[in-house]
Amino acid sequence: MKRVTYVLPLAVFLILALYFAVGLSRDSSVIPSALIDQPAPQFVLPPIEGNSGKGFSTADLKGQVSVVNVFASWCVPCRAEHPLITRLADMNIAAVYGLNYKDKPEAVLAWLDSLGDPYTEIGADRNGRVSIDWGVYGIPETFVVGKGGRIRFKHVGQLTAEKLEKEILPIIRELNQ
Amino acid sequence: MKRKHKRLTFVVIAMVLLASAAGLALVAFEDNIVFFYSPTDVLTKNLSPDRRVRLGGLVEEGSVEKTAGSTVILFRVTDLQNTIPVSYEGLLPDLFREGQGVITEGVMVGGVFQASEVLAKHDENYMPPEVAEILKESGQWEEQDNQEQGDKPK
Amino acid sequence: MIVEAGHFALILAVVFALIQGTLPLIGAHRNNATWMALSVPTAVAQFILVAISFAALTYAYVTSDFSVYNVAANSHSAKPMIYKISGVWANHEGSMLLWVMILALFGSAVAVFGRNLPPTLKARVLGVQALISVGFYLFILFTSNPFERLLPAPIDGRGLNPLLQDPGLAMHPPFLYLGYVGFSIAFSFAIAALIEGRVDAAWARWVRPWTLVAWVSLTLGIALGSWWAYYELGWGGWWFWDPVENASFMPWLAGTALLHSSVVVEKRNALKGWTIFLAIVTFSLSLLGAFLVRSGVLTSVHAFASDPARGVFILGLLVVVIGGSFTLFAIRGPALKSGSLFRPISREGALLLNNLLMTTGAAAVLLGTLYPLFLDAVGGGKVSVGPPFFNAVFIPLMTPMIAAMAIGSLLAWKRGDLAQAMGRLWTALAAAGAVVLLVWWIVADGPVLAALGMGLAAWLFVGTVAELTVRIRLFRVPVGESLRRLSRIPRATWGMTVAHAGMAVVVAGMVGAGNWKVESIQVMTPGETVTVAGYDYTFRGATEVQGPNYTATRGTFDISREGRRVTTLYPENRNYPVEKRPSTEAAILTTFWADLYVVIGDPDKNTATGGYVTRIYHNPMIAWIWAGILIMVSGGLVSLSDRRHRVGAPTRHRAAPIGAAPAGVRE
Repeated sequence: MKRVTYVLPLAVFLILALYFAVGLSRDSSVIPSALIDQPAPQFVLPPIEGNSGKGFSTADLKGQVSVVNVFASWCVPCRAEHPLITRLADMNIAAVYGLNYKDKPEAVLAWLDSLGDPYTEIGADRNGRVSIDWGVYGIPETFVVGKGGRIRFKHVGQLTAEKLEKEILPIIRELNQ
Repeated sequence: MKRKHKRLTFVVIAMVLLASAAGLALVAFEDNIVFFYSPTDVLTKNLSPDRRVRLGGLVEEGSVEKTAGSTVILFRVTDLQNTIPVSYEGLLPDLFREGQGVITEGVMVGGVFQASEVLAKHDENYMPPEVAEILKESGQWEEQDNQEQGDKPK
Repeated sequence: MIVEAGHFALILAVVFALIQGTLPLIGAHRNNATWMALSVPTAVAQFILVAISFAALTYAYVTSDFSVYNVAANSHSAKPMIYKISGVWANHEGSMLLWVMILALFGSAVAVFGRNLPPTLKARVLGVQALISVGFYLFILFTSNPFERLLPAPIDGRGLNPLLQDPGLAMHPPFLYLGYVGFSIAFSFAIAALIEGRVDAAWARWVRPWTLVAWVSLTLGIALGSWWAYYELGWGGWWFWDPVENASFMPWLAGTALLHSSVVVEKRNALKGWTIFLAIVTFSLSLLGAFLVRSGVLTSVHAFASDPARGVFILGLLVVVIGGSFTLFAIRGPALKSGSLFRPISREGALLLNNLLMTTGAAAVLLGTLYPLFLDAVGGGKVSVGPPFFNAVFIPLMTPMIAAMAIGSLLAWKRGDLAQAMGRLWTALAAAGAVVLLVWWIVADGPVLAALGMGLAAWLFVGTVAELTVRIRLFRVPVGESLRRLSRIPRATWGMTVAHAGMAVVVAGMVGAGNWKVESIQVMTPGETVTVAGYDYTFRGATEVQGPNYTATRGTFDISREGRRVTTLYPENRNYPVEKRPSTEAAILTTFWADLYVVIGDPDKNTATGGYVTRIYHNPMIAWIWAGILIMVSGGLVSLSDRRHRVGAPTRHRAAPIGAAPAGVRE
């Protein structure tokens, strides 16, 4: 009887921990998976004001493997992952599109000027509506889209070299075959 | 024997305390839990006017309307599928913006959500997870064809 | 370079912590004095290294080195210096670094000041402490490294959330962490005691100062947070039962219970298993708070940006630390024999009642905080549990506790006399009755419960003073004799008296602010007057003003009462261009009986009138809450200054075998 009382705290804690684990897994898996293997949403975005280029729309995603990177000049993680996006673009294994989220044209142009512009095309999503269609809920986010225009992979948050090497590049290579 | 008896007194007191606390908690739960709904949920659930709920979604662009000389603010909350008009009297939180996620608490009266509280997050680069999920659940990327997939986001 | 040195120092700290967390523990097991003695230099070295690491990050903030990712994301060159410094811990990575620095600080303090500790106990305490540190170091290095570089560096940083640019909030986390982390010492002592299989009065005295330091800091930290929410969020409230607030309140409740139960261990050599349990629970709740705030499992008004990877790591840490310690408790706990029995009507009986109510209260808060998570996990829908739930559960639990507080301190140890204690409390009862009637008469249409609540506060206050008069035998012996007795009262007892009196003031403040608040929201045009709770507020218009890193709309309100001018208040609605965020600055006049609280909002739709939406609050007695908390804190400090409890002062009388009869209990 007495021993049971001493075991009770452990039992209660383990049940709690189990619930936390469930809570955590819901948090990380449910949201990103909603779009996977769905066709990319229909949209047409203009180019950034004052920039060359024709903008970015659903039609651009057909015919080759694409990477869609949601970014903004005011977002520090975007700046941090920018060299990786540039590296990916230089490999020429996928078209890299930029989805510029709620940004001022002059700010993003200055940003691209100083860091370089790796994107094939950039669409300016000034009110954020298209980003909602893409299920973006924090930036940066990076999507891999297959040749047929279906979303195959989504990464929420800043890209890391490891994530790029171990997950994104293999998926792109696989989709390219 | 006496030792046992004393210990028992404490165990009984502790039990009574715990039981009454648990009872209190259960009764309080019954009355004070507020469910979180999307505009679609609110429309399909046909809520009675005395049922307090939280309504979450996006503040529809161009929907915020102030009335001159009064503190009543009207706006619409949408999950991009259905839209609910909301009426709120008071000061909006600092980060309340059109097109941004919002959570309001109140009751549904005659087709208008009477909010007594409006919560917005303290960070504009962040959408409340509940709202993010509602937008996904609204299945508005299903509008485009994906019948063959049958993989509804849930 | 300095930043890299900071990173390197942190890695070295892990190495020292690993040595401190293994060799002394093995040494204590094998009775190897050399290995045990290693715990002291490693603990000190570990602290110096983390301090260097922390200083390096602070340097990066002060010099606005935006090539450091963390600085770029959370600071800005145009920020005032104080917020550059507080910016170090106003973000996840930096706050974790502060957390481990405090952890190491406490460890090294035990190493330096715990000279009188038996070598095995000291080695074990420091060993356990180091193992906790190792977990957090790895967490920082693997998931939350504040020294990460960002190249090429941006020209300027993103800035700090203007809500966080505030002197009250700048100091809130350091105190909160001193509290959270301070309980780690009690935890380490508890684990060491379980390993040794021995808890006695000396153990309780060794733990007490550390618990008191943690309790005082946590109390201050919570008060600062609540005060900040009150004047900064512009909602006029001081406690919202928000998950993050609850995360700090639960360890406070458990810690307060621990503080009281350790007295029973010290004086009566009883409640040993329970006290060990509380020490584990208190620190576990601190860890749980960190997990809830940082993992994104629960959403809250003021959560850190969450990251599931961090959540997984902290959850792992929780399972190891809490699960491990409860396992040890389950194995070794039953062997802790209580030395003596006790009766329900006695000082220790009253303390046990306090403990039961406090922990039940903490459990209720935990339940309410986690319930949405449970329901969501079983697919029961998304819900929120708000203040009505917590008020409905918490207040009925705390009311008997406060009523019993006045009685408990009048009961003798071992065998108390309830009738005698009540006999000494007739003044308190009379005072309570008088206050109830007075309040009833003044606030005729107010809630009855408010009057009773005020009576309760009066009961506790007068009861606490009555206990003091009994102690010095006031009017029973000559006044000189009473004064002599007064001067001989130990500081620890003074501490209790002051803290309990402070609690009475807090209760009065809570009852007043909770029940008699008056709120008025309206559009006011210049020249218009609104009357709230007897005060006339005249809006004189609004002007644009320029602050160091913001622009603001500043309103002018003349306040008068019955024609006599009281003051002029200038609430602001600020806009921070760098962070692109607005922030409301309420203007508050604090008086003895009430706070006058004015907020200015957006201009009226019809701008031609110059009208603004304004919100005016009349918050009665709200300042009493913080004044009372300060009194409680000073009670804690007075108790801390007691010679008998000075760190390292007590010594164990003689080495008794494990689980043996009580060591000498000094009075």
